[in-house]
Amino acid sequence: MLALLWKSVPDLPASRKNGGKMEKYILEGATGSWEIVVGLEVHAQVISKSKLFSGAATAFGAEPNSQVSLIDAAMPGMLPVVNRECIRQAVRTGIAIGAVINRVSKFDRKNYFYADLPQGYQISQLYHPIVGEGSLLIDVDGEEREIGIERIHVEQDAGKLMHDQHPTKSYIDLNRAGIALMEIVSKPDIRSPAEAGAYLRKLRAILRYVGSCDGNMEEGSMRADVNVSVRKAGEPFGTRCEIKNVNSVRFVQAAIEYEARRQIEVIEDGGKIIQETRLFDHDKGETRSLRSKEDAHDYRYFPDPDLLPLELPESFIDECRESLPELPDAKRQRYITHLNLTPYTASVITADHETAAWFEAMLEYFKEPDAKIATAAANWLTSELFGALKKLGRDITDSPVSPKQGAELIALVADGTLSGSLAKQVFEIMLETGQNPADIAEERGLKQTSDTGAIEEVINKILADNQDKVEQYRSGKDKLFGFFVGQTMRAMAGKANPAVVNELLKKLLAA
Amino acid sequence: MSVINASIVRKIAKLACIAVTEEEVTAMVPELNAILGWGEQLAAINTDGVEPLTSVIAQSQRLREDEVTVPDIRDALLANAPEAEHGFFTVPKVIE
Repeated sequence: MLALLWKSVPDLPASRKNGGKMEKYILEGATGSWEIVVGLEVHAQVISKSKLFSGAATAFGAEPNSQVSLIDAAMPGMLPVVNRECIRQAVRTGIAIGAVINRVSKFDRKNYFYADLPQGYQISQLYHPIVGEGSLLIDVDGEEREIGIERIHVEQDAGKLMHDQHPTKSYIDLNRAGIALMEIVSKPDIRSPAEAGAYLRKLRAILRYVGSCDGNMEEGSMRADVNVSVRKAGEPFGTRCEIKNVNSVRFVQAAIEYEARRQIEVIEDGGKIIQETRLFDHDKGETRSLRSKEDAHDYRYFPDPDLLPLELPESFIDECRESLPELPDAKRQRYITHLNLTPYTASVITADHETAAWFEAMLEYFKEPDAKIATAAANWLTSELFGALKKLGRDITDSPVSPKQGAELIALVADGTLSGSLAKQVFEIMLETGQNPADIAEERGLKQTSDTGAIEEVINKILADNQDKVEQYRSGKDKLFGFFVGQTMRAMAGKANPAVVNELLKKLLAA
Repeated sequence: MSVINASIVRKIAKLACIAVTEEEVTAMVPELNAILGWGEQLAAINTDGVEPLTSVIAQSQRLREDEVTVPDIRDALLANAPEAEHGFFTVPKVIE
């Protein structure tokens, strides 16, 4: 779509952050090794109550054509008026990727005829987009790389066509027509399917943190056009093909791999890659040419005479900046340096803002959560809770256990009321009943005991019953210590404080 | 400066989805060239250092608040459509 930008970008070393340390993604052909060059154009539907240029509603799933204004239906004489919120969301997104915010941007008309586009043109921003160059940091197998972002512009979405409702007719629903989109164009910096996946996931995480797009690829509120070309190492960019409208991270990765292999085959067979638009068929796992009509790409862009240039005052941009929450990279760094989490755990928790919010809500129940509490909470969240949610087929937003209950459970372990294994039992009951952990421990007698008198009594009985083993232990068979621990724990139904048991056993066995 | 020829006229007519006869094409070539030539007189003026004029009155883009102001007007919209069914606009089947 943006051929001029694609071509003008200087070549980049495959790995500029790591001095070439990262293992390169290479495809072996008959004539040697090939590398792939990928750029992504992501269309992200902006979260707003009304459309980009009209006061029609944007809610998903409404009755067909019930959210269409005279502007969206392109009635003659109607004039577009820009929605402040859509502009605000684009600027906030731009700031979040560290991009240049253009104080002046302009709207252009992209002209083409299609049944889902009543105006006969899409209002977009070709020449002067609202957001310029930025970048985002991706992580593939623990290696960080920066992927450049060329621009973000705002434009109108088209309506929706349905072809399967009638044998000879297509049905048109214009509810989506005119909803604001951000087109986020990466530089051709991506060098593997895994990097493309990491880029999409990171971009989606940022959009969700910012709250400018829900990132829902299944409902189509985020979709990607994928530009792929291949080349021998060190050679200039090859001719690219654009795979349109791919709607999941997995499909994007599969489409890149298939398309790269197809292009290598064509070139090695003596053919030439034709720059064209292709479609990814996810059932067959292949891309195929969209036989586009001649002249289909002659969009005859020109400035939209209905819209004045968009000028953003500094105060507007400042407000956008101040409204941003802590973003994933900053949050991750804070978790590592201030809470002492491992980089891996910090990445898992910050990967989506709901998990991070849940984690922070949990920490709020501690007066001064130290690194030990934070680590315990993080580990419990990413292993116990995630595991339980996976089994239940739920996600963090509809967890049967609240952050407060999670925090209570961690606190009960921290103060010695529950041992690790008792905590697991209590958690199982929490999942089933929704009760608070302290109540469960109380009612079901699952509290750990540190009562040295009671434990000592049990140990003395076990030692008396196992005189032979005691003798063996005392004559050097250290491994038997575990046997005594097990016997004691069993006798106390798992409720004895393991630290106290260890201490007492050592003392009594030594006697 | 004559830049428009018959093949360009045919191409832009096609892009604009306008059917033109050969007679019309022949007539339009000089007409369009005349219109372009008229506009090109502006090129004679030196505009070095002059900011592009985007509006004759000094004003910038007005932004509206994000409010839903349009009710459901589906029936009125569909009443203007050549064809509609079950709340949808309908057109002869278009499939890529």
